[in-house]
Amino acid sequence: MQKISVKEAILRAGKGLWKVFPMILGTILLVSLISTLFPKSFYTILFSKNIILDSFIGSLVGSISVGNPITSYIFGGEMLNQGVSLLAITAFLVAWVTVGIIQLPAESMILGKKFAFLRNLSAFILSIIVAIITVSIVGAF
Amino acid sequence: MDFKNKLKRIGSGWYFLVIVSLIYILLVIFKQDLFFSSLNFFYRIMLKIIPILISVFVLMVLINYFITPKFIMKHLREKGFKKWFFVVIGGILSSGPIYMWYPLLADLKSKGLNYGLIACFLYNRAIKIPLIPFAIFYFGWKYIMVLSFVMIFMSIIQGIIINKLMEV
Repeated sequence: MQKISVKEAILRAGKGLWKVFPMILGTILLVSLISTLFPKSFYTILFSKNIILDSFIGSLVGSISVGNPITSYIFGGEMLNQGVSLLAITAFLVAWVTVGIIQLPAESMILGKKFAFLRNLSAFILSIIVAIITVSIVGAF
Repeated sequence: MDFKNKLKRIGSGWYFLVIVSLIYILLVIFKQDLFFSSLNFFYRIMLKIIPILISVFVLMVLINYFITPKFIMKHLREKGFKKWFFVVIGGILSSGPIYMWYPLLADLKSKGLNYGLIACFLYNRAIKIPLIPFAIFYFGWKYIMVLSFVMIFMSIIQGIIINKLMEV
C-alpha cells in the first residue's frame, strides 16, 4: 500500500477545511441571526411533538440540504439549543448525510437509475426509523 | 483565465457567505440592535468551536495519511460475512467527495460487489470519524455512540433490502 507523505496529508486536510470554511462561517452567522430573531417558543409551535411528523420534517429538510456534515452538526446543535426536538434533529442529521438529491444524477448515471432511486428512497425512510430508535434508546438510559 | 472561468472556480460556499454577509450589512444599517445581538451570538459560538475545528483538522490529517482509497478497495474484495464487515469499515474510513467513489464502486460492481454492499458502503460514509469532536460537543458521547451503532445496523438492513428490490 502506497501512503502519502505527512506534508501532503496536512495539505489535503488544510484544503478540505478551507473548502468548507465559508460554509461554516456563513452557517454560524445565519444560525446566530435566526436564534436572535425567533424566540424558542417558535420552534415548539413548528414541531408538534408528534414522533412521525417531527422526524418527517427533519428528514425532509435534511434531504434537500447540501453541504459538509460539519454544517449540519452546527445547525442541528444550535437548533437543539433553541428547543427543536432531538427526534427532528436526528432525522435531519441522518438524512443530510445519507440522502443525496444533488448527487442523484451522477449516482444514476454511474450506478444505475433504479439503484440510485431505491437507495435514496430507502435512506430517506431509514432516517426516520434511525431517529426514532436512537432517541428511544438514548431516552431509556 | 477569463472572468467567467474565474467565477466558476469560486465555490458555492463563498456565494453563501457573501449573501449572509450582505444580510448583516443591511442589518447594521436598518436594525442595529439585531445586528449586535446576532454578532454577540456568533462570537460565542466561534469561541466554542475553534478548539473543535483544530481537533477535526488533526483527525483529517491522520485519516489522510493512514487510509487511502487503494487500502479500502483492497479490503472490499473479501468474501462472505467478512465482506459486510469490511464494507461497513470501508464506508466509515472513506473520505473525500462522494462522487469520487462512484466510479470506483462501479468498477468493483463489475468485479462482483453487489448493489446491497454498495448501498451499505455509501450509507456508512455518513459516519465521519474526523467530525466526531463536533458531534460530541453538540450532542454528547452517549448519543453519538448510539446513533453510530443504529446507523451501522441499518446500513446492513438497507443493503439486504436493496439486494432484494434490485432482483425484482
